[in-house]
Amino acid sequence: MADTSATNSETTTMVGPRGRKPKRALSPRNIMLYGTLIVIAMYYLLPLYVMVVTSLKGMPEIRLGNVFSPPVEITFEPWVKAWSEACTGLNCDGLSRGFWNSVRIMVPSVAISILIASVNGYALANWRFKGANIFFTILIFGAFIPYQVMIYPIVIILREMGLYTKLGGLVIVHTVFGMPILTLLFRNYFSSVPEELFKAARVDGAGFWGIYFRIMLPMSLPIFVVAIILQVTGIWNDFLFGVIYTKPENYPMTVQLNNIVNSVQGVKEYNVNMAATLLTGLVPLFVYFVSGKLFVRGIAAGAVKG
Amino acid sequence: MKLKTLAAALMLTAGIPLAAQATDLEVTHWWTSGGEAAAVAEFAKAFNDGGDKWVDGAIAGSGGVARPIIISRIIGGDPMGATQLNHGRQAEELVEAGLMLDLTEIAEAEGWRDLVNPVRLLDGCTVDGKIYCVPVNIHSPQWLWLSHEAYEKAGVAVPANWDEFVASAPKLREAGIVPLAMGQQSWQTQLAFDTMMVAVGGIDLYKSILSDKDAKAAASAEATAVFEAYAAARSLSEGSNVQDWNQATNMVITAKAGGQIMGDWAQGEFQVANQVAGEDYTCLPGLGVNEVIATGGDAFYFPKNDDPEITAAQKRMASQMISKEVQVAFNLKKGSLPIRGDVDLTAANDCMKKGLKILADGNILPDGVNVQSADTQGQIQDLMVEFWNSTDITAADAQKRYVAIIEDAD
Amino acid sequence: MAQTGRPTQLFRNMSAKIAAIPMVLTALVVFVGATLWTVYHSFTKSKLLPNSKLVGLDQYERLWSQNRWLISIENLAIYGICSMIFSLVIGFLLAAMLDQKIRFENTFRSIFLYPFALSFIVTGLVWQWILNPEFGIQKIIRSLGFEEFVFDPLYNPDIVIYGVLIAGLWQGTGLIMCLMLAGLRGIDEDIWKAARVDGIPMWKTYVFIIIPMMRAVFITTLVIIASGIVKVYDLVVAQTSGGPGIASEVPAKYVYDYMFKNQNLGQGFAASTMMLLSVLVIVIPWAYLEFKGERSRG
Repeated sequence: MADTSATNSETTTMVGPRGRKPKRALSPRNIMLYGTLIVIAMYYLLPLYVMVVTSLKGMPEIRLGNVFSPPVEITFEPWVKAWSEACTGLNCDGLSRGFWNSVRIMVPSVAISILIASVNGYALANWRFKGANIFFTILIFGAFIPYQVMIYPIVIILREMGLYTKLGGLVIVHTVFGMPILTLLFRNYFSSVPEELFKAARVDGAGFWGIYFRIMLPMSLPIFVVAIILQVTGIWNDFLFGVIYTKPENYPMTVQLNNIVNSVQGVKEYNVNMAATLLTGLVPLFVYFVSGKLFVRGIAAGAVKG
Repeated sequence: MKLKTLAAALMLTAGIPLAAQATDLEVTHWWTSGGEAAAVAEFAKAFNDGGDKWVDGAIAGSGGVARPIIISRIIGGDPMGATQLNHGRQAEELVEAGLMLDLTEIAEAEGWRDLVNPVRLLDGCTVDGKIYCVPVNIHSPQWLWLSHEAYEKAGVAVPANWDEFVASAPKLREAGIVPLAMGQQSWQTQLAFDTMMVAVGGIDLYKSILSDKDAKAAASAEATAVFEAYAAARSLSEGSNVQDWNQATNMVITAKAGGQIMGDWAQGEFQVANQVAGEDYTCLPGLGVNEVIATGGDAFYFPKNDDPEITAAQKRMASQMISKEVQVAFNLKKGSLPIRGDVDLTAANDCMKKGLKILADGNILPDGVNVQSADTQGQIQDLMVEFWNSTDITAADAQKRYVAIIEDAD
Repeated sequence: MAQTGRPTQLFRNMSAKIAAIPMVLTALVVFVGATLWTVYHSFTKSKLLPNSKLVGLDQYERLWSQNRWLISIENLAIYGICSMIFSLVIGFLLAAMLDQKIRFENTFRSIFLYPFALSFIVTGLVWQWILNPEFGIQKIIRSLGFEEFVFDPLYNPDIVIYGVLIAGLWQGTGLIMCLMLAGLRGIDEDIWKAARVDGIPMWKTYVFIIIPMMRAVFITTLVIIASGIVKVYDLVVAQTSGGPGIASEVPAKYVYDYMFKNQNLGQGFAASTMMLLSVLVIVIPWAYLEFKGERSRG
């Protein structure tokens, strides 16, 4: 098992990459390595390139050319259209209609689901009680259940709670479905916290919540970043729950995306579709690129100790 | 108790000026393509002009995506004000569970039974003698749409029936045109099959298989001929790599394909593309062989609601949808036929007039959606899409499996 | 509390139990409750709405006689096995390459990870397009002079599932790489030094020393990959709608279509019960490995 204290307290750069040190910049080994990486990177970038290029072309050009050729004439019209003009049914205000709804859904859902999952993970890792493992196993089983199967039972549960079509109901749904994987990550993270720290706090008289707030929270930024990234992506991209458990005035952005992409007005407007796709993906993409470093660091802490 | 008194009090105070009451009504539908959205806008306009507010809940992706949403909302106890559903078999259970508003009162007051033509459409809305939905249009699936430009390019005359169409296919191929445009979605392959059944197998065969669920008819030699014609048609659509029906229609509009078997809703797309029936395209009902049409169509249901204001608004919307002006405006945009025989459709184009004439002559068939359960339809669709796409399946194999489905049909 | 002696077992359990109430409720009410509800209704004749008209095993008999269900299972098996192997191998190789003290590590990592930010719907759409013979790769290669070149996985029933796989791997391998990279970074430097002193070749060090040490990471990764495989639905819908014909159907789509399109809830529930059974086959060994390790840790 890895040296857990090192994993938690040192930064990625300090733990550092392993392997042999590179000798010369242009050694055959480096050419091989970077060559391979660049080729693979191209495979990963190709779809992004296609999306961006297509979203900047006009429809006539798309029909003539191939998907890879750069735009002859750059137009931002598809972006404008996707954001503020594309129609879904009678509403012709594009994705902008759902943007703030998505934010309103995402913020409380991300916050509450992470808070609850972190407390779960903490209880499972540090305050193990009888039967905890059984519930945890059920939770992991839950990660495999196809969402569609749960639609009607959850409608009934929410109806009984009086939360159906309310924002609160949707937050609960996201909390429930985020719980398995998040609890797994938090549990693994917290169980890698040095036992001595925990014991010292107990001796000082700290209880369950005391240790959680004063010891655990401050030292678990990385795993929280991981959880935030996972949840932001998952909840932002969610279509099914957003459309089934709310009303049109609260529909998230993905509903408009679905309507733009799946309804064809005469010809399929690929450029608008791609622009809409990119616009919808901007929020999670932004979160990723900004916090990439913390992500790996956090995952390291959460995953190493299975 | 308290709530009820409150509601009663509200009703009393609001009772007299009810006509001027403005109520928001959420409407769920899956009409999001160009022609469809233009048509639904007519409903909304009429409703808004009446002083109420239409809150649009459009969900693209047809029944498969929209249905769980509609049903969840209804069983979740917070239903929308009105929702599109195909009438007939699909909504039966919701009505039986007492979740839908009974419209019998206004239907009788306005004499729907005398207005609606054919009256069978209203039967689709009727459960135990009560009316639960408003049929808004008549759609018929059995049409062949042909591009004049494509045939001009190939140097052959525009076919007048299915046999001529098949015979002209090689010429189209030579000109680099796909003879038959076909989308990949399973319901489109089923639609094509049912349509060929009318054209190749005849009206009696269609009726006994679809309405009477007669497995013997499905196994008959007449049916075999349909399967063989269908198998032969498979090669005609090679090269039409599209998914959606309207992408396939677009191939016909742009003369990339010679023709498409599709319902009369395709007309909305031709219209949006500024094409003129008879000049730019030709439509052949019943594939030009048996000039009959099935009278399926769309309908709106109004889920039950505790709020009397909403109930009143639902009734207002229902009677608007069936009114003369709205029927004309809506159906002209949608490319479908109006459900009442007494409207003035001088603005109708060639294809609609053909349809109206067939309707007036009474050459009508029941639509699969109305007589078969969704389950049976789904199984047929699975079979047809498999059959259409893999040439390993012979007509005889497909027929055997089809007979088995009809045997168990409900 | 420390002054009054060691907290009793009961007290300790109480706090944790109170904190775990949401988890217990979720596990019992939602996951167990909904599973039992599903299994029960798979024995009924539920159509559009759930009902209690029991019909025994009818739904299961019908399920297993459906060509489409059999194809769905076969596809899931192919997709699952390939996706599992390729995700692990590609994820691990990428992580190992990034772990060679390379320059621009952040850039490469972001490039490999970004697809995970996009939904499956988007992924399916983009790849549908790149693989379309009329605009995509096939056209490019043909325009370079290879007129006979054929690459149309989405239109060829025999290989369509691999077309879906290409897109699935593109979306998911970045996350696996991150997990693997994290695991590699957790390995003690001394192990590498010792291996170097002993003159063990690098690939041998990875295969025989490093990977066995990363057991825990592999288990976490497997759970994440497997839960994604079982639920694969959106990707197929966006990319192929199950076509051509029914060649790329998957079980989750069968469930969804029967529940909502064909209005035969009973049939959909029977299919999902079969899926849940197969999930037990994955989860039970996982729980065994997980908790066995825990006991030995003390």
